[in-house]
Amino acid sequence: MSTLPASTSTHSPLRWAASDVLTIARRNLLTLARIPTQMVFLIIQPIMFVILFRYVFGGVIRVPGGSYVNYLIPGILVQTMIFGAVGTAVGLAEDLQKGLIERFRALPMARLAVLAGRTVSDLFRNVLVLLVVTGVGFLVAFRPHGGFIEYIQASLLMLIFAYCLSWGFAFVGLAAPNAEAAQAMVFPIIFPLTFASSCFVPVLSMPGWLRPFAINQPVSQTATAVRGLMLGTPHGSSTWISLAWALGAVLVLAPLAVNRYRKTA
Amino acid sequence: MPEFAVEVFNLVRTYSDGEVRALDDVSLQVPTGQVFGLLGPNGSGKTTMIRILSTILLPTSGSATVAGFDVVKQPNQVRRHIGLAGQNATVDENLTGFENLRMVGLLNHLNKSYVVAKSRQLLEDFGLSHAANRTTTTYSGGMRRRLDLAAALVADPPILFLDEPTTGLDPQSRQDLWSIIEHLVEGGTTVLLTTQYLDEADRLAKQLVVLDHGKIIAEGTSAQLKAQMGTTVLALTFTSTDAALRAKPLLADLSAHPANIEGTVIELTVEDGPNVTADALRRIDAAAISLSGLALREPSLDDVFLNLTGHKAEDLSIDDEVPEEQRGRRKARA
Repeated sequence: MSTLPASTSTHSPLRWAASDVLTIARRNLLTLARIPTQMVFLIIQPIMFVILFRYVFGGVIRVPGGSYVNYLIPGILVQTMIFGAVGTAVGLAEDLQKGLIERFRALPMARLAVLAGRTVSDLFRNVLVLLVVTGVGFLVAFRPHGGFIEYIQASLLMLIFAYCLSWGFAFVGLAAPNAEAAQAMVFPIIFPLTFASSCFVPVLSMPGWLRPFAINQPVSQTATAVRGLMLGTPHGSSTWISLAWALGAVLVLAPLAVNRYRKTA
Repeated sequence: MPEFAVEVFNLVRTYSDGEVRALDDVSLQVPTGQVFGLLGPNGSGKTTMIRILSTILLPTSGSATVAGFDVVKQPNQVRRHIGLAGQNATVDENLTGFENLRMVGLLNHLNKSYVVAKSRQLLEDFGLSHAANRTTTTYSGGMRRRLDLAAALVADPPILFLDEPTTGLDPQSRQDLWSIIEHLVEGGTTVLLTTQYLDEADRLAKQLVVLDHGKIIAEGTSAQLKAQMGTTVLALTFTSTDAALRAKPLLADLSAHPANIEGTVIELTVEDGPNVTADALRRIDAAAISLSGLALREPSLDDVFLNLTGHKAEDLSIDDEVPEEQRGRRKARA
């Protein structure tokens, strides 16, 4: 049947692995684009958060420097990327539940491509989030004065942080018995991380018992660093602390997820 | 390709710390270039066998080779020689038919332009061209199975594993799938097929093994097994349980197998349906026992099991085949 050249065996295993990761990532992004609820979650939700905090709660929130919208948008960016983790976990749980991962296992593809492809498609999704929220931010008078280079640096920091964290949510997705459970398992993790943080309000406004957690937890450090870079305000060593968290997270969580994937038949 | 496309030696697979023996010391050889059937009810170990051979699941003990490669030690070599399709029809619902095939082709590391051409050709061959650019959520059950099979064929594998390919399909879709499988075998493909249906095994498989509770209870060609189990089932319904009980001894010598009696119904597995029927009716009439119904039918898997094991094919739930932690998933899938 086949008169065409069937396969190119000149590629190295590493190139095939990269190709597998991109094939899976592309498939995940196609899926994302075709499920309306996912797009709503992705695009509408951050816009609603911006409106809610900017216009509903914003009037009573006092921040250093005075402009709440400038304080808020970097926080919303970080929060939305963390919320994207729901998609990571739910997507993997669904693939497992529907037997797609079983099909992938019988193919001569790179073992890690299912997980790596998922985290890579999440990275692309977060780039989209970054563009949408930045655009909406400008519409509601967000004016970052930190400079263009710093804005890019802040964006990269967020993307790296969210990418490293998504390995942990991949683990949750693989461990969950189904998609609904995956969602239920993710929220108790991301709620304290995003709301008991410096994403929306200064942590100094929080009660004393909550402050140590709120100041030192990784999402706060990331939000502080992103805000500092975007607004050109001092942010101490938060950039490095955020990167250290990201590195630590990926070193612990990626092997956990990989191990779980190997065991999940 | 070696003489045997698949060889299985003393394969054992247990679940739940050894409590469930899904496969219990199974050995078999699948000759290259033909259809080999694994016949058995749910829970007999068929799916476990397919999952081990397609490197999805590790055996507890024993070994198996596919295309001459060890499924545990050389899984990647095995994966390059197999295609897997089955009852779960694991196509990606959010992708179109074409995108599904392209994805599988690319993950098989085939040349891009080849994958596109091959995908189009398969969609055409399987009567899916009109739906090539629709997401598979819009597909019927038969279309999904055909697409699933097409996906297994993108890389032209010499060995094909089909796990209950027609379970739950309407008669026309079954016929279509059977023709496709026959065509593939003519082209030299080896097919290992699991089925719950005797007619399917009879139509497609040259050689068969019958599995029950993870053990092989019979093997041979379809003709050999049929001769062993009879070709027709004669079902006689009497007006009362008492009448049936009185008739049973009169009919005992008509079948090589013990008659099965359930309430008012007696079932006999026989070789020569019409003549045995006439004979049975004469005897019943002579004894002045009254009959309320009569039917001749093809033996079902139940009849095979009854004859081979003395017990009916228990319809064990599929949960018995899968480990504890997977149960939730399987239920959700069904």
